[in-house]
Amino acid sequence: MGDQIQLEELFQQRIDAGGKIEPKDWMPEKYRKTHIRQISQHAHSEIVGMLPEGNWITRAPSLRRKVGLLAKVQDEAGHGLYLYSAAETLGISRDEMFDQLHTGKAKYSSIFNYPTLSWADIGTIGWLVDGAAIINQVMLTRTSFGPYARAMVRICKEESFHQRQGYEIMLGLAQGTPEQKAMAQDALNRFWWPSLMMFGPRDEDSPNTELSVKWKIKRKTNDELRQQFIDITVPQAEYLGLTIPDPDLKWNDERGHYDFGEIDWDEFWTVVKGNGPCNTERLKARVDAWEEGAWVREAALAYSEKQVIKKNQKAKLAS
Amino acid sequence: MSTTQEWPLYEIFIRSKNGLEHRHVGSLHATDAQMAIENARDVYTRREEGVSIWVVPSAEITATQSDEAGEIFQPAADKVYRHPTFYELPIELKHI
Ligand SMILES: [Fe+2]
Ligand SMILES: [Fe+2]
Repeated sequence: MGDQIQLEELFQQRIDAGGKIEPKDWMPEKYRKTHIRQISQHAHSEIVGMLPEGNWITRAPSLRRKVGLLAKVQDEAGHGLYLYSAAETLGISRDEMFDQLHTGKAKYSSIFNYPTLSWADIGTIGWLVDGAAIINQVMLTRTSFGPYARAMVRICKEESFHQRQGYEIMLGLAQGTPEQKAMAQDALNRFWWPSLMMFGPRDEDSPNTELSVKWKIKRKTNDELRQQFIDITVPQAEYLGLTIPDPDLKWNDERGHYDFGEIDWDEFWTVVKGNGPCNTERLKARVDAWEEGAWVREAALAYSEKQVIKKNQKAKLAS
Repeated sequence: MSTTQEWPLYEIFIRSKNGLEHRHVGSLHATDAQMAIENARDVYTRREEGVSIWVVPSAEITATQSDEAGEIFQPAADKVYRHPTFYELPIELKHI
């Protein structure tokens, strides 16, 4: 018991000093579990996040838009893979994580439970959703768990293109015909509030924040990150000539930040609990892909095993 | 849970350009080394991040344990005479 306390103290000292924790190092069980949960859910978000955008790849309005979107969605698959392998260093298997996703035990970001109804949604997602993700992920590049921090560095290098391709789509629409501009405004109207919800509940409703900050998983609270996002994004919306759908949004000189209206937390919890517009559809798409791909995974394994046998036989004949 | 056996894990090392060493970049699952290389190309070098890839089955790696790090690495800690600053030379001396 005394040993345990001493180990915990040393562990905390290392984190306080800005040191990193690597997979084989001693760590409190709660630290391990929290990371498995957070990293795997982050991975699931990258993978499920391909679905709403994948919806528009075949209908992109030009080749330029199509190659950009295709490359972005491929990046998101890569992000999922970096993160799954980071989580696996903590002793959970890939299949276990998939199982948790498919049975609804593990969550993914709620933003992907909203539908992509028009092409402008693709622009808005790149601009706002990747924009919000960048703010969160830049913070996470300095997180205390080594493999997670390294995956984040890699991811952040790739994210900036995602946001820029999104904003370029919005620019095109905002400077286009009145119908195109209306389409852009409509997408902003639908995605603004869900994007703010991406940062999670208010600090006072977020019981895990304190521990996350102590362990340097998070270095800023949900509300701080959300404010940072709003302050950065408002001028970008103004540049597009679009209106953010919040009548209470206004610059507060005293605070040096934008004030904003109340988020609909009932909606947030409804979607988190599985009753958003697309929860069922998204999960079904994942489960179907997994089950319908089972024969491919088996066949690939069988093929590799056969190659080994063949090689061994050849070696025997030669000797 | 699926009944299919999970594909083995490979550790991926990439040389970003000639003149630099291969560096560990992460891991991925593949049925064999050839597939690991093909997947590593798509996962880790989508933007010309590499000119050469090594893949190693994760199960084949032998590593030091962190709880024995002390006995392995600390013996070097008190050997200051392995460093140039241990040797006291007159300050006016140049290029040494
Ligand atoms: Fe991503
Ligand atoms: Fe992204």
